[in-house]
Amino acid sequence: MTDIDIEQYKISEEPFYEAQDDEVALYEAAYDARLPVMIKGPTGCGKSRFIEHMAWKLGKPLITVACNEDMTASDLVGRYLLDANGTRWLDGPLTTAARIGAICYLDEIVEARQDTTVVIHPLTDHRRTLPLDKKGELIDAHPDFQLVISYNPGYQSLMKDLKQSTKQRFTGLDFDYPDSKTEAAIVAKEGSIDEDTAGKLVKIAHTARNLKGHGLDEGISTRLLVYAANLINKGIAPKKACRMALVRPITDDADIRSTLDHSIDSIFA
Amino acid sequence: MTTETQYPDYRAKLKCSFEQIEECFDDYIQDALRNLTNKGIEAYLSGASLICMIGRGWEPVSIYLEEMPQMVARLHDEAILEVVSKHVWDMSRSPNGKAIPPFMQCLPEASRRLGTMEQMENFFDILFDMLDKTTTSVHGHHKTHSSQGFPILLQQIPYLLNQLSLEGLKNWIDYGVRNYRSHPERQKDYFALQSADSKAMLQRERHGTLFMDNERLLDMYLRSMWEDESYFVPYSEGFDELRKPVPYYDHLGIRVPDVYDDKNGVSGLNRYRITIAHIAAHRKWTTPIIADNFSPFQRMAIEFLEDSRVEYLMLREYPGLKKYLLALHPAPIEGDCDTEKESCIRHRVAMLSRAILDENHGYQNEHILDFVERFYEIVKKDGGSTKQMADIAVLFIARTRLQSDQLPSIRFDNTVVDYRDDNRHMWMFIEEGDEEEAFEDHRDATPEELETDGLPPRHYPEWDYHTQTFKPDWVSLYESIHPSANAGDIDAILDKHKALAKQLKHILDMLKPQQFVRVRYQEEGSELDLDVAIRSLIDYKCGAQPDPRINMSHKHDGRDIAVMLLLDLSASLNDIPDGAEQSILQLSQEAVTLLAWTIDQLGDKFAIAGFHSDTRHNVRYYHLKGYSEQFDDTVKGRLAAMEAGFSTRMGSAIRHAGHYLDAQKADKKLMLILTDGEPSDIDVEDEQYLISDTKKAVDELSSRGMFSYCISLDKKADDYIQDIFGVGGYTVIDNVKKLPEKLPMLFTALTS
Repeated sequence: MTDIDIEQYKISEEPFYEAQDDEVALYEAAYDARLPVMIKGPTGCGKSRFIEHMAWKLGKPLITVACNEDMTASDLVGRYLLDANGTRWLDGPLTTAARIGAICYLDEIVEARQDTTVVIHPLTDHRRTLPLDKKGELIDAHPDFQLVISYNPGYQSLMKDLKQSTKQRFTGLDFDYPDSKTEAAIVAKEGSIDEDTAGKLVKIAHTARNLKGHGLDEGISTRLLVYAANLINKGIAPKKACRMALVRPITDDADIRSTLDHSIDSIFA
Repeated sequence: MTTETQYPDYRAKLKCSFEQIEECFDDYIQDALRNLTNKGIEAYLSGASLICMIGRGWEPVSIYLEEMPQMVARLHDEAILEVVSKHVWDMSRSPNGKAIPPFMQCLPEASRRLGTMEQMENFFDILFDMLDKTTTSVHGHHKTHSSQGFPILLQQIPYLLNQLSLEGLKNWIDYGVRNYRSHPERQKDYFALQSADSKAMLQRERHGTLFMDNERLLDMYLRSMWEDESYFVPYSEGFDELRKPVPYYDHLGIRVPDVYDDKNGVSGLNRYRITIAHIAAHRKWTTPIIADNFSPFQRMAIEFLEDSRVEYLMLREYPGLKKYLLALHPAPIEGDCDTEKESCIRHRVAMLSRAILDENHGYQNEHILDFVERFYEIVKKDGGSTKQMADIAVLFIARTRLQSDQLPSIRFDNTVVDYRDDNRHMWMFIEEGDEEEAFEDHRDATPEELETDGLPPRHYPEWDYHTQTFKPDWVSLYESIHPSANAGDIDAILDKHKALAKQLKHILDMLKPQQFVRVRYQEEGSELDLDVAIRSLIDYKCGAQPDPRINMSHKHDGRDIAVMLLLDLSASLNDIPDGAEQSILQLSQEAVTLLAWTIDQLGDKFAIAGFHSDTRHNVRYYHLKGYSEQFDDTVKGRLAAMEAGFSTRMGSAIRHAGHYLDAQKADKKLMLILTDGEPSDIDVEDEQYLISDTKKAVDELSSRGMFSYCISLDKKADDYIQDIFGVGGYTVIDNVKKLPEKLPMLFTALTS
C-alpha cells in the first residue's frame, strides 16, 4: 500500500479563507489532540473551504468524500474487485486516509445511510483503528490521520439525523454566514469586485436569509454571492447578475421571487 | 309667465309644451348650437320631443335638453342623442317608467367616466340586460312587475363607476341578478350596497391591486427587508367619503388600505411596499416624544420632518426606493398658495419635505433652503433623532410664521403624502382628555359574556359554477356534539350481526399481519436477489465493476390510514325502501356500527361525523366520534341517537370534515361519505349548483392529498355521482338491505 501518491492529496496553494472567529485556533488544537471534528452550518458558508485551508496550513493531505444516500460502507472502506487474475482488494477513501495519515473529510454525512456512518466509529475513539472485516485486516490509523465530518442542520428532518452514538464521538464547530463586513470582504476578494458592490450583495443575501423558514429552506449563501460577483466581474449589470445568481437558483415561488427582485431593485438603485 | 324665444324655428321643432321648458329653452339651444352640428340639432330636438311624449312630466325632458349637448361634446358622437331617447321611450313602454328620472340623472356622470360612445353602449347593454332580467311577471310571459333593483342601481352608478371598471360592474351586477332575481327585498339591499355580500363582491371586482391577493408578498417584504413582523389589517377607503382613513400602526397591527391603484407609474404592489417601508422605518428609528408641549402646527411640522428623517435613513439602506418616493410624494408648487386668503402652513411644510427628498426641487424660498441644510447637517452625522427633528421643526414654524396661518381655510392641495401613516405612534400624551376618561375606562371592566351554546359558526366559501368563482364565506356551519342515547342499542346491533362479524373477523385477520414489502439492492439481506446477482455476474465476466448489492430483504409495510366517515343525515333517510322493514336510517346505523367496529379492530385512526342543512345559514355538523376517542359507550350512545332531518348541503360539510382529516398524521387519508341522494338544499333551485360545489370540495380534498369515496344509496345516482367523485370514487348500493354487510367489506377492500 505504499504506492499511494500522497502528493496528489496535498493542497499546493493557499485557499483563501477569512477567519470569522477563533475557529482556526480551535481546529489546530483539535488536530493536535487528533480529535475528530464535526462542522455544522448552512450550505455555502465556507465549511469545505475552511477544511481545505486547514489542511493546507497544517501541510497534511486531504481526502474528501461527498456522501450520498446510496453510499454503502464498502464505498468508504473498500471492496474486493474481480480482475483477470482473480480478486483484488481496493482501498476505499477512508482506508486510504487512515493508511497515509490524511485528513478525511466526509461532506454532508447525514446524506449517507445510517449503517454507513457506523463504520467510522472505531476510528473516532481511543482505538483509532479500522477493521476491514471482509479482508480480515485491522488497520491502525496513521498518527497524522484525522476524521472531519460536516453536516447541515438545515436539512434536518426526522429521517436524516446522526445517531447520538455518532454525534458523541466528535468535537463540534458551528459555522454560519459571516457578519456583513467580513462577508462583504470575502465576496469582494473572491469575486474581485469593489467592497461597495460586495456590501450591497450581502445586503440582498440578508433579505433572503430573513425569509428562511417562511417559504425558503435556505437563504442565499456566501457561495452564491461569489457567483454573482463573478458575473458582475464579467461585465453583467449587477441587477441582472443578482437575479441570475441569487434569486433564480434558490426558489420557484413567485411571491418570494418578486420580493427578492424588489429588494435587488431597492438596493441597486 | 311665458318668455319669448329668440329661436322660434327650433322651438317649433320641439313638440313639447311644458312651461318649465320655455323658460330655459334659449339657454339649452345656445348650448346645443355650440356643441352640435345641424343634423345633431335635429336629432336633439326630435329626441326631446319623443321624451316629452312619454308622459312622465317635464323633468326628463329638461334633463335631456340640458345635459345632452355636453354629453355629445364629451363623447364626440351624436349617436348618443338617439340612443338615449330610444332607451327612455322603451322604458316608458314597460313597467319600469319610474326609473326614467334616475336613468337620466346618472347619464352625465357615466359619460364623464366612460368617455367614449363604445363604452357607453356597453354600459347601456349591461344596464338593460339587468333591467330585463329583474323585471318579473307573475302570470304568463308579459312583464308586469317593475324591477326593484334598477332605480336603486341607477342611483349607485356614479359611485360604482368610480370604483369599478365596466367589466367589474358587469360582474357585480350579474352576481346580484343571479342570486336575488326572485327576492325583491334582498335585490334592493344588494344594489343599494347594503348587504355584506354586495360589499364583498364590490371589493373583489375593484380595479387596482388588492391587499388580499398580495398579503403573503407583503408579509415577506416586511420580514425580509425590514426584519420586522406584524399583522396587516386592511381597511377600506370605499365607504368613508368624508374622512379618508390613512395607514397607521399600533400594537394590533399595521393598517393598510385594501386596494391601491397604480399611481404616477408606481404599481399598486410597489405602493404597498412603500407604505410598509415607511411604517417599518418608523418602527425602526422613531422614538415617541411627549406631545403635550407642542401646538398642533408644531406637531404637524415635527411629523413631516420625522417622516423625512426616517425616509432618509430608509434610502440610505435602500437607495432604489427613491424613484418611487419621488413619484408618490407631491411636489407643491412654490407660490401656489395665496398667503392672503388661505393658511399656507401645510403647503410650506410639504415644500420642505419635498425639498429634502428631491435635490432638484428648484425652490427659492430661503427658509426652505436653510432648513434643508440644517436637516441634512443633523441626519448626515448619525441619523439624528426624533427629538432633534422636533427642535428644528419648532424653529421652522417660528421662523416662517405668518398671520394667515391661523386662517380657517388651510390649503391641502398637493400636500398629502398618501403613503405616510398618521404618526400616532410618535406621540405620548401625559394628560388624557376628559372624553377618554368618560368612555374608555369602563369598557374593560365587564368583558362580554360569551355564548356558551356551542361553537361559533365557521364560514366556508361555496363554488359558483356560473362565474367559476367562490362565493366568499357563503355558508355558516355549526358544529356540535351529537346527542346521546342508549349505548346498549349499538351493542344489540353488533349482537344481531354476530355471524357477519365473525365473517369479517376472518377477513380482518388476513389483513392484519400486513404484507411484507421487498426491499431490493441490499448489500446484506435475508435472501439473494437473483436478478441482480446474475447482472452482477455478467458485469464481472465483462470485467466491469459488479454491483455488490445483490441481496434483498423484507420489511413490514405499516398500515397508516386515517379515516373520516361522513354521514348524510338528511330527512330522506327516514324513508323505508321497497321490500325492507327498516328505514334507511336504521340500516345506515347498523352499517356504520359494523364499519366502526371493523375499523376499530384494524386499529386505524377514524372519526365519524354527520351533517344536514337548512339553507346556507344553518349547516349542522354533528360530531359522533373524534380521532382521539375510543369506540366506547359514549360514542356508541351518540350513534344510537342518530336522527334524520333537513337537507343535504354536502360541500361545506366535506370541507369541514376535510380540515379535521387534514390535521391527522397518516400516510393515507380517506374520507368515506355515506349518502342517499344528491346534494340539495331548500334555498337552491339550480340542481347543478350544489353538485358542482361538492365536486369542487372533493377536488380540494384530493389536492391536499386526501382520498374521498362515496357510498350512495340512491339508485339514480349514476346521473351525477361520477361528476362529483370521478371514476372509481364511488359505489352505488342498490340493495339497501345489504348495506350493513357491504360497507365493512367495501372498506377493507378499499384499504387493503
